Amino acid sequence: MYKILFQIARTGIRSEKPRPADAALRAMAPRLSDEVLSLLGRALAIRHVDAGSCNGCELEIHAANNPYYNLEGLGIKFVASPRHADLLLVTGPVSRNMEEALRRTYEAMPGPKLVVAIGDCGCDGGVFGENYASRGRVANVIPVDVAVPGCPPAPDAIIQGILTAVAVAAKA
Amino acid sequence: MRPPIEGLQLDPMPGAARAWRAQCSAGQWLAAGEAIASAGGRLGALWASDERDAGGGYCAHALLVAHEGLLWLELPVAATAAGYPDLSAAFPCAKRMQRAAFDLVGLRALAPEGTPPDARGWLRHGAWTAETHPLRRDLALDARLAAGDPRYAFVKVEGDGVHEIAVGPVHAGTIEPGHFRFSIVGERVLRLEQRLGYKHKGIEKRFESMSLVEGARLAGRVSGDSTVAYAWAYAMALEGLAGAHPRGRALRLRALLLERERIANHLGDLGFIGNDGGLAFGLAQFSRLKEDLLRSNAALFGHRYLMDRIVPGGVAIDVDDAGCRRLLAEADQLEAELRTLRAIYYDHAGLQDRCINCGRLTPGTAAALGVVGLAARASGHAMDARVHPGFAPYDEFAPKLASHRNGDVAARIVVRFEEILESLQLERRLLTRLPPGELRVALADPRAGARGVGWVEGWRGEVLVALQAGPAGRIRRCHPHDPSWQNWPALEHAVLGNIVPDFPLINKSFNLSYAGADL
Repeated sequence: MYKILFQIARTGIRSEKPRPADAALRAMAPRLSDEVLSLLGRALAIRHVDAGSCNGCELEIHAANNPYYNLEGLGIKFVASPRHADLLLVTGPVSRNMEEALRRTYEAMPGPKLVVAIGDCGCDGGVFGENYASRGRVANVIPVDVAVPGCPPAPDAIIQGILTAVAVAAKA
Repeated sequence: MRPPIEGLQLDPMPGAARAWRAQCSAGQWLAAGEAIASAGGRLGALWASDERDAGGGYCAHALLVAHEGLLWLELPVAATAAGYPDLSAAFPCAKRMQRAAFDLVGLRALAPEGTPPDARGWLRHGAWTAETHPLRRDLALDARLAAGDPRYAFVKVEGDGVHEIAVGPVHAGTIEPGHFRFSIVGERVLRLEQRLGYKHKGIEKRFESMSLVEGARLAGRVSGDSTVAYAWAYAMALEGLAGAHPRGRALRLRALLLERERIANHLGDLGFIGNDGGLAFGLAQFSRLKEDLLRSNAALFGHRYLMDRIVPGGVAIDVDDAGCRRLLAEADQLEAELRTLRAIYYDHAGLQDRCINCGRLTPGTAAALGVVGLAARASGHAMDARVHPGFAPYDEFAPKLASHRNGDVAARIVVRFEEILESLQLERRLLTRLPPGELRVALADPRAGARGVGWVEGWRGEVLVALQAGPAGRIRRCHPHDPSWQNWPALEHAVLGNIVPDFPLINKSFNLSYAGADL
């Protein structure tokens, strides 16, 4: 036990400041009033759905929870059920085999159903594009509030996208 | 290579992978498979192609891994024929590959008489009908296919108190999609049946719309966590068919990138396995070490995961003296941290209780199922393409193979620790013996129909790429193969008799790719 405690003390706190919200990442105009957004604040529950990615974006979503980016330290946490989620984080071009699962997850969420599409594939289909098995970008299947480009986008860009989705208008 | 059966004409294939190619008859297909299986070989990959536009019918392809190297078997099948002989008696892992080949090309593996065929779709869910085969050349990449029947018959386990738990395709964490059907009594798992294919996004068809050079970018996105291994395997296949030879500096830089990919993934896995075993401290520590490594990748090579850094003909990066010093210092620091954390993991009673004898894949089961890569090494099989048969530049560095006999979660932890330490050692040796020289050589225009093969030991296991050139520098057919094809079925066996709450831990200890096998 002392080894663990010693290692924790030696490591110290590594958390860094997140990048501020960026209105340029918005895929649609803000739908929520500042009042609702400030109520939601940063006590945000996220459900992630991989709709057909190469798994690169998943690596960066994992990294957003590492001690440097410390997403949970901002009050934002990942939840196991869409019923508990305020925001849906979607990666990948949407494969036709995942289309229904993505729709059902979206439908199972309570309002306001914020959606952030992650990565070049989520934004425009990426290198896979649209084909017999791929519906391309996430917005082709469900409405998207914020889209974060990158292949894959770095963890701070993903967090910036999430913060943009809940930023009050004056700040975003 | 000596022909596995008499009368089979083998042609050596050009390129860095030690490989031979042979066209065969249906009888030879089966006999060669059985001969290689009984000599301790295994099935590397299996796929099909549509050759009707070239005056043929269809073609079944298999990459068999024999002691001397790879054997690419090609079995032409007339368009009017019922199919080709099922290889799954010799190689059980052929089953899913054969189902996928049927879904995509419509060429059926014919089960021996008396065995009922498994006619369920594998990559085909409900997005197209059973009569449609998207990889046929008369179907366009962007064809709008009519939806088919999405129902799927799982095997039912019956008996007193047996019930099912259905999980997925959307899982509870940040994980790729797939469906697991558990049949259980109480907490104990009687049977697990996987259904994958949710991420199928037409990668093989997409390749055929690209030039050989453009294909490298797509190959690097078959499974993002193995982007270096795929990019290298693709480049190796393309360089083979184009007769190009990357220089020593480029090859060593490729190995440097591949070892860094191995270290990064193993660090991440060690953290998540600790977390699933109830030691959240491990996740915090290992994800910090992984992040440090990714940040050096971004600073020195311009990409955290090293995507698109290996290119056909060589590499798109270089490292200068200051960069070498930084990497060497990083290796020393990482090794010290790793030894501290390893002592904590190995001493931790709670972690031992969760991991030792949990999710055992015995050496016998691993061999019977044709398991590859890290999972095979943790189950007592000495198998690592860097070590044997070895490919440049590894043949000069003789990496040490890590292995363990117990085949449980703990063994897969041990192998990961040892492999990171060996990769750090390799990194040091690569960096101190980096010769000057060209980073990228030009590729000649390949002849239409030329074939090349790539074979690279990624962190999860061997990545294979089989590539055929079309006219004017286009891709005619490309089949990228992930080690997860072989290892997913092994997970179904490793969980038997374990309790459901141990499944996430066992699953994480294998950490297989969904994207890589769904294509």
